[in-house]
Amino acid sequence: MDQSTVQFLGLPLLAWIPLLPLVGALFNLVLGRRVSKQTVHTVAIAAVAGSFGLAMFLVFGDLLSEFRAGRGGAGLSTVVYTWIEAGSFKAQLAFRLDTLSAVMVLIVTFVGMLIHIYSTGYMAHDPRYSAFFGYLNLFTGSMLILVLAANMPVMFIGWEGVGLCSFLLIGFWYENEAFASAGRKAFVVNRIGDFAFLLGMFLLFWATKNNSLDNGGSLDFAVLKSAAVGPAYVDVPFWGGERLAAAAAILLFIGACGKSAQLPLFVWLPDAMAGPTPVSALIHAATMVTAGVYMVCRLSFLYAASTTALIVVATVGLLTALAAAFMAFAQTDMKKVLAYSTVSQLGFMFVAAGTGNWTAAIFHLGTHAFFKACLFLGAGSVMHALEHEGSATPGDIMTMGGLRRRLPITHITFLISCLAIAGIFPLSGFFSKDEILGGAFAVHPEGWPVWYGKVLWAGLLIGALGTAFYMWRLYFLVFASEGRSEPAKQAHESPPSMTVPLIVLAVFATVIGWIGVPHFEHFELPGFMHALAHWLEPSVTHQWVGEHGLPGGPISGELSNGTTVVLLVVAFLVACAGIAGAWLFYGRGPSRTVDGWTQHGWFASVYRASKAKLWVDEAYDVAIVRPFKVVARGLFEIVDRFVVDTVAVNGSAFVIGIFGRVSRWFQNGNVQRYLVGVVIGGALVFVITDCRKKPTFDYTIVGNQIQLHADPGSGMAGAARIRWDLDGDGKQDKDPARPGELLDKRDVTVTGYDGPITMWVEDPVTRREVKVTRTISLNNVKLNEAKTWWPPPSAPAPSAGSAGGPAERPLDPEGAK
Amino acid sequence: MSDLVWNIGYGHFLVLAAVLFLIGVGGVLFRRNALIILMSVELMLNAANVTLLAFSRMWGDLSAHTFALIVIAVAAAEASVGLAIVVAVFRGRRNVEVDRLTTLRH
Repeated sequence: MDQSTVQFLGLPLLAWIPLLPLVGALFNLVLGRRVSKQTVHTVAIAAVAGSFGLAMFLVFGDLLSEFRAGRGGAGLSTVVYTWIEAGSFKAQLAFRLDTLSAVMVLIVTFVGMLIHIYSTGYMAHDPRYSAFFGYLNLFTGSMLILVLAANMPVMFIGWEGVGLCSFLLIGFWYENEAFASAGRKAFVVNRIGDFAFLLGMFLLFWATKNNSLDNGGSLDFAVLKSAAVGPAYVDVPFWGGERLAAAAAILLFIGACGKSAQLPLFVWLPDAMAGPTPVSALIHAATMVTAGVYMVCRLSFLYAASTTALIVVATVGLLTALAAAFMAFAQTDMKKVLAYSTVSQLGFMFVAAGTGNWTAAIFHLGTHAFFKACLFLGAGSVMHALEHEGSATPGDIMTMGGLRRRLPITHITFLISCLAIAGIFPLSGFFSKDEILGGAFAVHPEGWPVWYGKVLWAGLLIGALGTAFYMWRLYFLVFASEGRSEPAKQAHESPPSMTVPLIVLAVFATVIGWIGVPHFEHFELPGFMHALAHWLEPSVTHQWVGEHGLPGGPISGELSNGTTVVLLVVAFLVACAGIAGAWLFYGRGPSRTVDGWTQHGWFASVYRASKAKLWVDEAYDVAIVRPFKVVARGLFEIVDRFVVDTVAVNGSAFVIGIFGRVSRWFQNGNVQRYLVGVVIGGALVFVITDCRKKPTFDYTIVGNQIQLHADPGSGMAGAARIRWDLDGDGKQDKDPARPGELLDKRDVTVTGYDGPITMWVEDPVTRREVKVTRTISLNNVKLNEAKTWWPPPSAPAPSAGSAGGPAERPLDPEGAK
Repeated sequence: MSDLVWNIGYGHFLVLAAVLFLIGVGGVLFRRNALIILMSVELMLNAANVTLLAFSRMWGDLSAHTFALIVIAVAAAEASVGLAIVVAVFRGRRNVEVDRLTTLRH
């Protein structure tokens, strides 16, 4: 499997792409405060630049040759080590660079590198400079793990890692309570999505394990997309007859909704603007929030197996695109406008993914990464400049205006990006947005209403109109007319470390669209113009999945040349209309006419709805947050206050306190009183346990003989006086060897008798007599031959050794000592 | 009753030893004077000696005598060391009440 033969420090080059930024993060987070700022950003930038260089080397070297050989889908892969192995489940820390992840890796590392450079200027005076670069590096590393993951668990590491970094960076200025709670909000909302993501992952594992594979389940993408697993998604009914793929895909999509800020989980993203602006650009616009889109495209084979899941994805995407565009209308914070714009554009991407148009989703993801990063960094540059002039509200666009002359470079790059996002020919957004619109127009998945594609197209067109309008409203309010506050009139252009990344991003935002020009029949365009679609082809699926996992026809619908051109023109005109509308209302800054509309009449309520973000936060507050708080309060009062605090903690302290008060009596340091305790305790132990050994006797059976051994118990030892009754008559027997004397041997042997045997033991000191009786059975001996007792009740004792069988020798003289 | 008086057996010795031992224990536990406590310890040791010798007689085994002699020797040593300490303490503090010798407690 390991195709990358070149190794560095024992690891294949591919693994170093995510590892380099992680090493940089480790350095900056551990040692960052001890070294100079120069060292901090040099290490951070070098780490990301190293990743970028490595990615370029691998993509345009090995991967390109693989791609030319028709193995772009398998790509380069490497297994670092086996991470989890449990039963049939095996997760390896494995990376795969195929054509899809290559696009993402290049975007992440390149945009990330530019934003690192930009941050050196933007964050120059921040006291936690090293922590910031540490987190940025950590983010880049996690994001690279996410996109390079060869299986779902590894992807989940990256997924959680970027979520963590997002939280850390949103709340980077945690001294501000609002910023800290914005970070928490992002974390909590993301967690909801992550939970669904996990469930989806488990479901996929279950499907592969139970349904078609003999070798147990797997979450490796290569296995999941293999033909052998296909039937598992399709033939297993789930959730009332739907394909299993629908359940898994929708669960995973909920995860994507959390990460990529889709309805209804988008609420965290606008608040996430609390973070430093480079963070907003890198994480909350260009890369992390696109992880959901990437994940859906990565699992295109799964989504292609369920048109139900796709209609969910497309519908949620469309609604998000429209709702967010609507909310962006009335925002007055520069970054908030961009945030809603991001949510809206992500909605566009999900519509693309939901119509099976994976290439368009990734295409728009890429162009969006460039122009939105440029827009955010431009916003950062503007706010940086205003802040420098002492503005208390640097993000308020109502106090800006006229900045085109004060910040020329920022202005030009912002202008280009605004053109791009509005979809003006020939900038990148035009091509990528049109790709999505065209795809939605043409698609006819099985099970969808035939007109649904047109609905999506029309909805997106309205979304595009809104995009053009609110972006240009932003542009006019910030850069056009004259400055409306003192800082806006005095602002100065940002340092080169900030403007150079802007220029680079703007250049890419201009030209990158040409790698995804639509196809025209009978009309050959240069190869590079279809480069993206061609490049992504091996990594995404282009066929519906029919019954039994068999290919079920092509996904993309055909459009005639005429329709394509008409769609392009319509999209272009819509964009122009949006811009024109914005110019009409805001071209000369805030006007009294517009203010009048927004405050009186029917339009005022619409405006308020937009300004209040459709009251989504308030709805969440009433529906979820407050009930949750009530429950939490109840739990706190009952479980925490009463059970834990009162009963468990104070209760045990109380009991121990009483114990202490009682034992203080005894534990008073007086050794003599301790000794009283020892003596009384020792005596009690003897009395209570009565541990003295009781008198008894034990026996061994040999043939038909019972060898008895007296055990007089403790305290009496050898001086005890023993008496025996060996014939069951209740009297103490005489000793045959000593006429007139009673038998007092410790060891005696009885032959052929199995009745009750009694032993008396007399304590030599107290003269107390203890009687022990045991009945011993000789069950395997013929009793009629052997039976006798000693001594015979009537006859005198026979002398030892005389003839007469066992009856004559009941007692073994040798046994007595 | 006369049997108990005239037929002296092992039991008499053991009861004597037990009584001696209890007197010793009581002295160690309840007296305050270090000198009396030392004497009580001597009593307990000698009660043990009496027991040893009674059982020695009972078993007809003389080895217990050696043991009793060792106990006497050790008791003598212990008494001399103990008395020396008591005398030294008395010189320093003019009193040997054990519950007032609390310097090491703190």
